[in-house]
Amino acid sequence: MSAPAAHHYTSTGLDSRKIAIWAFIGSECMLFVSLISTYLIYKGKSLVGPFPHDAYTSPTGESFPPILDIPVTSASTFVLLMSSLAMVLALAAVQNKNVPKHTTGERILGSSKLWLWMTVLLGTTFLCFQAFEFTSFVHEGLKLQTNLFGSSFFTLTGFHGAHVTAGVIWLVSLLAIDYRRGLGPADALNVDIAALYWHFVDVVWIVIFTLVYLIK
Amino acid sequence: MAHDPAPSDPAATTPHAEAHEHKHPGWQTYVKIGAILTAITVWEVWAYYIPSLVASRIFVPMLLILSAVKFTMVVMFYMHLKYDHKLFRALFTGPLLIAALTLVSLMFLFGQLVARLGR
Repeated sequence: MSAPAAHHYTSTGLDSRKIAIWAFIGSECMLFVSLISTYLIYKGKSLVGPFPHDAYTSPTGESFPPILDIPVTSASTFVLLMSSLAMVLALAAVQNKNVPKHTTGERILGSSKLWLWMTVLLGTTFLCFQAFEFTSFVHEGLKLQTNLFGSSFFTLTGFHGAHVTAGVIWLVSLLAIDYRRGLGPADALNVDIAALYWHFVDVVWIVIFTLVYLIK
Repeated sequence: MAHDPAPSDPAATTPHAEAHEHKHPGWQTYVKIGAILTAITVWEVWAYYIPSLVASRIFVPMLLILSAVKFTMVVMFYMHLKYDHKLFRALFTGPLLIAALTLVSLMFLFGQLVARLGR
């Protein structure tokens, strides 16, 4: 990604890198559906608590409240949605780098650094929410090996968190390039590919939020 | 603002392929989509805290529909699938359909979907 726009055209006339990222995203759909399927199949089949939406009292008299914290997860969902908005504005800023900006609003909208920073910060905030959620679950007695809910929940959301982490690292590398030599229209495809990955991570969370957190 | 709408990515296509592409929307569209996504999320969370709605038969289908609307909006507008080449659409929707069918088949196989619909 150090040199801008070495074109890789295919017989379709489309750039092979963009075809590759869409094919990759298609394969990632299969991965996440397998993880979501596993979660749904095991849903309600845990023999011991803590449970996601119901309180549980163990035979020894230990009581566990419902473990999912909807307000916290709703906030993290909002943060990830806004990161997608920041990412698409970063791409627009890179594509329109050469368009003259006259007003302060145009300069703000045209700042790829600002929107990339915003995306990185929002992505990192989402990861902090997830770290908080995971540690609070462990303190409340839910670990990977506690029950079927714990195993499938941590695997699914952990895989998603790993994807978000990879996305943040990717965005930081784009920011580094932007500071070193500036990102312009010639780099738009590189930013577009990173943006597609980031939005995919967002749509996966949209599905997880509904199926795991909201549907009891 | 001056840079609206954005030109489609010049590095992604040859002139031949560009004939199949359309211009990306501007920042106003992106912000509107962001506002709609936020509103739908608020609606979903609001519904979660209404016991009578949660107990009703419409709760799960409603959440699934709202989630599908959010998913579609991000894919069509933020990922530009609405404006991009149809090959990209095929590369995404093909595996997505297979994945969705697999999910539904597994739910039927393990009795989860029947249990939910029959409750």
